[in-house]
Amino acid sequence: MRAGVVVFPGSNCDQDCLWALEASGIEAVPLWHKDDSVQGCEAVILPGGFSYGDYLRCGAIARLSPIMAAIGRHAKAGGVVLGICNGFQILTEAGLLPGTLLRNTGLRFICRPVFVRIEQAASALTRRCQPGQVLSLPIAHAEGRYWLDGPALRQLEEQGQVVLRYCAADGRVDESANPNGSVNQIAGVSNRDGNVVGLMPHPERAIDPWLGGTDGRCLINSLRHPDASAATPALRSVAST
Amino acid sequence: MAFERFKQWLGAGRPPGQSNDATAPPGLRERYNLTEEEYRRIVTLLNRRPNEIELNIFSVMWSEHCSYKSSKVHLKKFPTVGDRVLQGPGENAGVVDIGDGWAIAFKIESHNHPSFIEPYQGAATGVGGILRDIFTMGARPIALMDSLRMGPLEDPANRRLLDGVVRGIAGYGNCVGVPTVGGELVIQEMHSRNPLVNVLCAGVLRTDRLMRAAAAGPGNAVLYMGSKTGRDGIHGATMASAQFESGDEDKRPNVQVGDPFMEKKLLEACLELIEQGLLVGLQDMGAAGLTSSSVEMASRAGTGLRLELDRVPLREAHMTPHEICLSESQERMLAVVAPDRLPAVEAICRKWDVETAVIGEVTATGRWELFWRQAPVASLPICALTDDAPVYERPMKTPAYVQLLQSLPLEMMPVPGDLTKVLLTMVSSPSLASKAWIYQQYDHMVGTATVVPPGADAAVVRIGHADKAVALSVDGNARYCLLNPYLGGAIAVMEGARNVTCVGATPLAVTDCLNFGSPEQPETMWQFAACVEGMADACRQLGLPVVSGNVSLYNETNGQPIYPSPVVGTLGLLDHLDRIVTPWFQSEGDLVVLLGPQGDALGGSEYLRLIHHQERGLLPDVDMVQELAVQQASRAAMAAGLIRSAHDCAEGGLAITLAEAALGTITPLRPGGLGAVISIPAPAHLRVDGVLFGELQSRIMLTLQEDKIETASKIFTSYSVPWAVIGRVGGDRLTITVPSAPSSPGLAGSSGRDGRPVIDIDLTALHNTWHFGLPQLMGDTSCR
Repeated sequence: MRAGVVVFPGSNCDQDCLWALEASGIEAVPLWHKDDSVQGCEAVILPGGFSYGDYLRCGAIARLSPIMAAIGRHAKAGGVVLGICNGFQILTEAGLLPGTLLRNTGLRFICRPVFVRIEQAASALTRRCQPGQVLSLPIAHAEGRYWLDGPALRQLEEQGQVVLRYCAADGRVDESANPNGSVNQIAGVSNRDGNVVGLMPHPERAIDPWLGGTDGRCLINSLRHPDASAATPALRSVAST
Repeated sequence: MAFERFKQWLGAGRPPGQSNDATAPPGLRERYNLTEEEYRRIVTLLNRRPNEIELNIFSVMWSEHCSYKSSKVHLKKFPTVGDRVLQGPGENAGVVDIGDGWAIAFKIESHNHPSFIEPYQGAATGVGGILRDIFTMGARPIALMDSLRMGPLEDPANRRLLDGVVRGIAGYGNCVGVPTVGGELVIQEMHSRNPLVNVLCAGVLRTDRLMRAAAAGPGNAVLYMGSKTGRDGIHGATMASAQFESGDEDKRPNVQVGDPFMEKKLLEACLELIEQGLLVGLQDMGAAGLTSSSVEMASRAGTGLRLELDRVPLREAHMTPHEICLSESQERMLAVVAPDRLPAVEAICRKWDVETAVIGEVTATGRWELFWRQAPVASLPICALTDDAPVYERPMKTPAYVQLLQSLPLEMMPVPGDLTKVLLTMVSSPSLASKAWIYQQYDHMVGTATVVPPGADAAVVRIGHADKAVALSVDGNARYCLLNPYLGGAIAVMEGARNVTCVGATPLAVTDCLNFGSPEQPETMWQFAACVEGMADACRQLGLPVVSGNVSLYNETNGQPIYPSPVVGTLGLLDHLDRIVTPWFQSEGDLVVLLGPQGDALGGSEYLRLIHHQERGLLPDVDMVQELAVQQASRAAMAAGLIRSAHDCAEGGLAITLAEAALGTITPLRPGGLGAVISIPAPAHLRVDGVLFGELQSRIMLTLQEDKIETASKIFTSYSVPWAVIGRVGGDRLTITVPSAPSSPGLAGSSGRDGRPVIDIDLTALHNTWHFGLPQLMGDTSCR
């Protein structure tokens, strides 16, 4: 399969995502924000970073890029769309995912590994993971406090759209393990069909033992087509671009 | 018409009706920071009086910041060449060959003055400036580090400064997407009114893509790239060359405002231009803006430049030529481009939404000629601004305080009864406490290359996802330099090399930032010269060239200079990732070995400062030959695969080294951590606090499996390095005894010498004190 990684001005995890995909045996190509097509990619990844400097509001300007219309069509047709960190913020701004991401309750940027629990193993990002599985993944954000309330939050929970929740090392979900004040400890959500997913942690930073862990592999591998071989390919060494 | 007169003036060599009178204009010192003698020198060089703009140009180009006029004669002592040096000092950054076609560009720079006036923007633009220095060389920045020196955090003004500086570094570095992988924080009273913010950046490039900042080729176009020019930061370089006085907070307009988003676009555009081989030269507009950048480019190429200032993209209307020349607006670059390459260059800039303007051309005149609406406004020989700038051999004088400070009445400082409590006090102090509160605010993982994250002796960053990595460390102990500037300078270099050795790397080169008081004070000049000499000697002994650096003088407020504060950035190379060693204990049962000398010397130690409130004493002896041997022996044992962990003995002494090695083992999956049982036999006449907390140099603590000790000991012996097994890894406590050495029977009952542990503490308790020490001081309850 082929995955595309969108490069907005200010994206800074685009190269990391391209590397992580290729190292996981997935063909990956960059998609330029000024393009109006996803170039036939089966999965589209919106990487982390500071698209348009996070000016105005995180993701608020990037959602107006020409590529976003194409991504909207791709999502509607059932194609896989993944937003990581700033990409998640862009997807909420674009209305492709519910909710919004507010400033962390501690009012500071936080970069450290956290634990998350797989709440929904049917989404495009988690279909090769087990429900209840606990992963260690790094976060790196200042605006990662997922927020939604009232009936919309209830609906999100009832429809199984909460994909990942922050938790303690043993999988317990309690407020002390919430790094940023997200409502219901939510770290990642999907749309109703599960083909559009956004999360604040960075799975692409957790696929190489040299970088502190490989818990992100099951997420990256889930992007492969469901009927592709379920075996996890060995990490390939690829030269950087 | 003023311009008409000026034209005649240029033609005639001197203005009509005016003699070659060298009487200085009023306010020379206050407005231009020039002396009468310097003014006379200008008149002699030009053979006429400079006009207002020209005088402003001299003011910045001859400022300490741009001309290095007081430091130059001393900096010549540094070794700057080596087999791996592709570019030494004099360019935007030094470049070191790391093999397989790769090279590292790196440099450290200060942004002290701006950070004091406006901490967020001051620190942020410091990051921006050093990033540009790296990518102008054709290198992609891969790591940032910062050395922060602040006043005591009990004072809310200092907390505000530290908070702002950390936020500024985070705000800029995180946005551009370059990981901040380490640094240091030092607390010292002197920095309350003069904090230091030094930022190091390293970038990676292919050796065949090395770019230089020379304006070669008369007829080539001078291309302006990036942000528009505004009125911000005018005379920033001059400001950085004067000391602070009360009320200087009003200098806020002199501080620039950063736009990291523009920087990121500029970075990508520049690297693409260099990759495609479209540029002749590239230079960032840093201190003294367009003036300094263009003059330096022409100076390096031995050419001239003709610039049309009205073509410079402006942010505000009605800016004068003088303001355009001296603006320090951020995120601007100057490129030299062959005319036939211009369309391709402009297309790439358009792709990245980077504005460009052709503002002039390279000439063969050797002159720097400025035009404003076709009329000449300044015409100066390039060499008058650079090579002919004054160079001073400033008077030096040994300060009277040295003798007083070196005396240490230890008998007045009894050994505390509870040394466990002392350890707790020490690990909670911000200089020794965990810096997680700081580095968790930095994205230290972006780039998926940070193999050893902040918190170790050195950070390790992988190169191109290959089996190759570089180690980086920043070091410097200003208290040592106050007590003995020669040894303090030498120790900064030695410790940097030791730190990169501890992660398994071979040190290759250093960059330095020399932060001192006013060079016009003979005592400060003495400190400067001695520090540089110590650093140079240590560099030669350890085989480390100095490839780049920065001098920051006039770090004084109300006549009070800072301690002499050289900061050394060290670059090390790892040819294989499996050679990486970390400071943290690895396995139950491993032996703990101390390489290097033992003793109880307390002079200049962190312990004396924190516990006895004394910053004095003779520094322990330094043996550079032994230093090299200890490092080589460690590296040899690591290369043989014998070593499980390695940690430098530095501030806080052996006890802190042991504590850190144990504390780093605490993780959510191992909340109890991995401790050690340590026994350090010492002759009875030694002080227990000295054995635990004294800061002898040239010491590395290693751990290894018991069955490896025989092989390792042969290596240590072959390098003639003293070594001793001092304990064993295990348990969840840190327990240290200091029994009397068998050769000298102990004094029964004297503090800690009766066989009972002098330090015995549960790691979880120690961890809480250490980990939350800094956020507690900063009043941040959200830190985890």
